[in-house]
Amino acid sequence: MSSSSEVDNSTYYVPEQGWYPVFLAFGLMLLVTGLAGFLNDMKNGSSGDWTQSIIGFLFVSFVLYSWFAKVVEENAAGMNNAALKKSYVWGMGWFIFSEVMFFAAFFGALFYVRSFVVPWLGGEGDKGIIGDYLWPAFESTWPVVANPNADLFVNPGESMASPGMMNWGAYLPFYNTVILLTSSVTIHFAHDAIKAENRKKLIGWLAVTVFLGIIFLILQVEEYIHAYSELGLTLDSGIYGSTFFLLTGFHGFHVTMGTFIIFVQLIRAMKGHFTANDCFGFESASWYWHFVDVVWVGLFIFVYVL
Amino acid sequence: MSEVIHADHHDDHAHGPAKGMLRWLYTTNHKDIGTLYLWFSFAMFLIGGAMALVIRTELFQPGLQFIEPEFFNQMTTNHGLIMVFGAIMPAFVGLANWLIPMQVGAPDMALPRMNNLSFWILPFAFSMMISTLFMEGGGPNFGWTFYAPLSTTYAPDSVTYFIFAVHLMGASSIMGSINIIATILNMRAPGMTLMKMPMFVWTWLITAYLLIAVMPVLAGAVTMMLFDIHFNTSFFNAAGGGDPVMFQHIFWFFGHPEVYIMILPAFGIVSHIIPTFARKQLFGYTSMVYAVASIAFLSFIVWAHHMFTVGMPLAGQLFFMYSTMLIAVPTGVKVFNWIATMWRGSMTFETPMLFAIAFVVLFTIGGLSGIMLAITPADYQYHDTYFVVAHFHYVLVPGALFSIIAAVYFWIPKWTGKMYDESLGKLHFWLSFVGVNVTFFPQHFSGLAGMPRRIPDYALQFADFNMISSVGAFIFGFSQVFFLYVLIKTIRSGAPAKARSWEGAKGLEWTLPSPAPYHSFTYPPEVKSEEVHG
Amino acid sequence: MKNQILRMLTGTLAFLASGVALADELNMRVGVTDISRQVYDLHMTIFYICVAIGVVVFSVLFWSVFQHRKSKGAVAATFHDSTKLELAWTIVPTLILIVMAIPATQVLVAMYDTGGEDMNIEVRGYQWKWQYKYLDEDYNNSFSFFSNLATPKSQIVNRSAKTDTYLLEVDEHLRIPINRKVRFLVTSEDVIHAWWVPDFGIKRDAVPGMLNELWAIVEEPGIYRGQCTELCGKDHGFMPIVVEAMPEAEFDAWYATKVTSEVVRQESMSKTFTHDELMVQGEVIYGTYCSSCHMANGEGVPPVFPAIAKSPVALGPRDDHLSLVINGVSGSAMQAFGKQLDAVQLASVVHYQRHAFGNDVGDISQPQDVINLFNGQ
Ligand code: HEA
Ligand code: HEA
Ligand code: HEC
Ligand code: CUA
Ligand SMILES: [Cu+2]
Repeated sequence: MSSSSEVDNSTYYVPEQGWYPVFLAFGLMLLVTGLAGFLNDMKNGSSGDWTQSIIGFLFVSFVLYSWFAKVVEENAAGMNNAALKKSYVWGMGWFIFSEVMFFAAFFGALFYVRSFVVPWLGGEGDKGIIGDYLWPAFESTWPVVANPNADLFVNPGESMASPGMMNWGAYLPFYNTVILLTSSVTIHFAHDAIKAENRKKLIGWLAVTVFLGIIFLILQVEEYIHAYSELGLTLDSGIYGSTFFLLTGFHGFHVTMGTFIIFVQLIRAMKGHFTANDCFGFESASWYWHFVDVVWVGLFIFVYVL
Repeated sequence: MSEVIHADHHDDHAHGPAKGMLRWLYTTNHKDIGTLYLWFSFAMFLIGGAMALVIRTELFQPGLQFIEPEFFNQMTTNHGLIMVFGAIMPAFVGLANWLIPMQVGAPDMALPRMNNLSFWILPFAFSMMISTLFMEGGGPNFGWTFYAPLSTTYAPDSVTYFIFAVHLMGASSIMGSINIIATILNMRAPGMTLMKMPMFVWTWLITAYLLIAVMPVLAGAVTMMLFDIHFNTSFFNAAGGGDPVMFQHIFWFFGHPEVYIMILPAFGIVSHIIPTFARKQLFGYTSMVYAVASIAFLSFIVWAHHMFTVGMPLAGQLFFMYSTMLIAVPTGVKVFNWIATMWRGSMTFETPMLFAIAFVVLFTIGGLSGIMLAITPADYQYHDTYFVVAHFHYVLVPGALFSIIAAVYFWIPKWTGKMYDESLGKLHFWLSFVGVNVTFFPQHFSGLAGMPRRIPDYALQFADFNMISSVGAFIFGFSQVFFLYVLIKTIRSGAPAKARSWEGAKGLEWTLPSPAPYHSFTYPPEVKSEEVHG
Repeated sequence: MKNQILRMLTGTLAFLASGVALADELNMRVGVTDISRQVYDLHMTIFYICVAIGVVVFSVLFWSVFQHRKSKGAVAATFHDSTKLELAWTIVPTLILIVMAIPATQVLVAMYDTGGEDMNIEVRGYQWKWQYKYLDEDYNNSFSFFSNLATPKSQIVNRSAKTDTYLLEVDEHLRIPINRKVRFLVTSEDVIHAWWVPDFGIKRDAVPGMLNELWAIVEEPGIYRGQCTELCGKDHGFMPIVVEAMPEAEFDAWYATKVTSEVVRQESMSKTFTHDELMVQGEVIYGTYCSSCHMANGEGVPPVFPAIAKSPVALGPRDDHLSLVINGVSGSAMQAFGKQLDAVQLASVVHYQRHAFGNDVGDISQPQDVINLFNGQ
């Protein structure tokens, strides 16, 4: 069976061994142990040391850069056949699904708290005895602006709740929604541009998308500053602050990633990468962007408006 | 086009395995990675098993003999975590790596570099987790289910490392699953339609979906813990409007599918071994596939059966009781189909078959005690006693673990080209069989009599059963060290194995020579009808 | 009669199957409440059904194993499908499950029948003891006490012989009257515990900040023992539950004296104690509440549990020491004992810590100092 010891890449491209994965795994460990040490130092009152996590982060970034560069290079050399590209598509698709489930955990927490825990603590529903007996002073409202125990968790003065559709004109999250929805359209135009092999348009629309992503992030930061400094809405202001900041925070983190990824695609487009039939990098970035957008719509509805 | 590439790549790369350590660090080959996974899981099994022996030694007699309660809790926690995440799951992924490409007629896994990453994350993650045992304040001591607030406000500092270790393991599992899904859906040889796929492939496909769906939820749970610990959020604190019980809902939304993640591939393995040694086709292939899918579906809506005592409203209790009981139906279909496969077969009882039959019997016992646990009012009496410990060890040890051992005996001729020693294998089986029952059967009784789990010391009426159980644990543990010996002996000096190592073996992997070539099917094989679903 | 024969039949079956399942100490307790008996019957019903399923399934399997072996010349048949069979073994188990679900639902509904209670007791879990609060009609505290493990350390570390109630004995029993519906409001101060009395057929988690309801009508006087059944940290195995069910009249008399002594206790808050009185009381309280972490000799288990001997706190200003013990150290195992101990107890234990283990500060702590601190907050 001598023939089977050779790889025939025409049916499927099987890469040779490489150093990237094991170094990436090592870098990840460096990163998270550094982070864990830092967090523990902070908790115990000493000033934490970032160094190791920064080194880990740089290490991870470097490996990822080399790895992706290698994949791009292999693709340019025509080694990736159609079957492998299909695997990439499956891979990206299910990766996005796993991200959906990550957000589902936080949305689930939000729904559970709103429909069960807060009413119970406020003396309503099947287990209202909890509130009656243990938290007599607590009223069930959503957003929770007065916590069951306000000594342990500061009360937010105000919430981010929607001021009603009539007043959306002065409501930042509404603008954010418009911006993100628009960016989904612009990235779609960029896709059309690829299909039409119009590089100028592609670069243009990608740039617009990146720009919109950055604007969104700036507004989001602005909103956080507002929350912390004016509303008294913080991470430790009880369950409303917890769900609000983790949901929007992880979304914001994903927007940051997405913007960066699209930015990379922009650079690649300027370098002349991508053709109408071969633009997986771009397409996966755009799916990711659409996903981030859909999550935002969920956030806007369930965190802000309802 | 591809010709050109092919040619110029030939010169600067060797296509066989590279030499030395780097082969294992850098490999992209599904067999190498499978081997790494299998050895890693075996090492973890011994470490987790050694911790079980610490537990059983302390519980040999009432009174505190050897270790402090604090350390006992760390042993229980780490035993559970290491066995679940370090031994059983990686063993199944290792088997998937070895077998899926061969069974669907592919050259390798779909995304080989990511495959390597999925593996190499694990040693780092587990070093992190085990190193916490040596940290100031000790390692995780809150049970493998790490209920808040014991795992948040009241946890040792090392919990932060534990949280990140869980994140890493989750990332590894998700990438592993994506790889498996892409391989199965995208790389089957022409003619291998979905309903012709071997059962092991089917069960892994569904398991991979379970993993992708629930590992991120676990990541969410530990992330909330992280924020509760370090940033004073109040997800699991009623004083801020959260609820400690919410942790349990999120955990078990992951945790229950997780236990099926540890049994579905086992179902697949057994569905290969029984037909082979019964020399008869698997009975009811289609219903087997549907049964696995139904179990997977149901696994998402039964989670709160672990939480009957947290005080849910009546409607919730009833819903989760009924949905849990329903799982007996598809699982029953599987058991009956295996027996129908054996019925009027022409059976021989080589080691894999012995383990497979023991699997069917002992798993069913574990399943039946599961049904008893599902009955809510009765579970008030069983919950958090050794009855539960007995239940889950019956489904996990003679269940998941036996299936893995059976798989190793069954496919090792294909992997190494060598045959194991049949009488040593049989001896290993009988020792394990006796050991496992002596260890875990008495735990049903101590549980019913009222012995809580996770305690280092117990009242006098439980003494006899604990003593028996501890003796059994040492017998069982010793027989697994013996297994290691059998394996090494096979690899070193086993008799050469035939390509089709078992008379009744069906499936594409048996059409390859033994040992299988480094790259499985470089040209897609033709799928002949007599080779489908082995 | 028919029932008896049936019971004997199933009994024998179970006996054969598991060998030993009938012996009482191997099985679930029947218990002393109507609910616990219902649960027991339910348990036995499901158990017999499961044993019967096991017997049938394994008989077929082993029959096949013995008859259809190659060494006996068996030739493999070729069938591999049968819709009829598949349907049968989908439908029959479903029916069996329905048969199981009906009594299960009935018992569960009966258990959820709270309300109409004659008295309320709050059960509060602490690391690692239980507190019982007897409540009046308006849920106000009449009196309360802690129930600590009473097994001496020497038995646990095998230095003295273990008694029959090893690990299942406490310093003060929870007392309840028989034949009255007692409702328990279960909650926790720190982590999750679970309150379980097997003989009553009830178990419920004690969740901090949350509350669960349980109830029992006990029919026979006696002492019933259980344990904490949710992992709650180091001494999870050492927080038993002992309930003493008393005849109604006896209980009422005990209750009355408890209420009176509560009044006396309230009065002692304004007393002034001598050094010796404080040391005597303080040593007892230290032994019950503090020594599990700070150790009887005051050396602690550094670095987790700091020593009291030469502790900067114990040698420092008295009020800082008092308020540390009252408020605890958040985020650590050091609890806020202000919620568990009264002013007399707090004053004496702090005084003791400041004058034992070689510490000798020379000041004195009085209940009034504690009350002042409380009021200052
Ligand atoms: C491989 C792992 C595995 C598997 C397959 C199962 C299978 C099942 N488990 Fe188990 N379980 C665990 C692992 C597993 N479990 C673990 C680890 C825990 C403890 C976690 C912890 O707290 O640490 C646990 C705990 C656990 C509990 C919580 C107990 C408690 O804490 O109080 C419950 C309650 O309902 C339960 C039920 C079931 C049921 C109904 C099944 C069913 O799937 C079983 C179905 C199988 C059969 C029923 C047998 C075959 C069927 C027939 C022969 C047909 C005819 C039968 C009938 C009609 C009844 N399990
Ligand atoms: C996933 C699979 C799995 C497996 C395979 C096992 C295997 C075993 N388990 Fe356990 N177990 C769990 C999963 C598993 N377990 C879980 C999830 C829990 C719950 C944890 C919790 O409560 O949080 C648990 C809890 C648990 C308890 C209850 C602890 C408590 O409540 O305090 C006990 C007690 O007897 C126990 C015993 C055993 C024994 C004796 C084995 C034996 O089968 C082990 C046999 C193997 C060996 C003994 C290894 C032999 C090796 C050597 C002797 C050599 C050592 C050498 C080196 C290290 C180099 N396990
Ligand atoms: C469950 C374990 C536990 C119990 C019981 C306990 N403590 Fe502590 N104690 C601690 C821990 C942990 C600390 C350290 C807190 C910190 O600073 O992080 C501590 C700290 C202290 C200190 C400060 C010591 C120093 O030098 O920093 C004093 C004083 C003290 N405890 C008194 C008591 C008293 C009085 C009791 C009983 C009424 C008691 N403790 C019971 C765990 C416990
Ligand atoms: Cu309290 Cu366990
Ligand atoms: Cu479950």
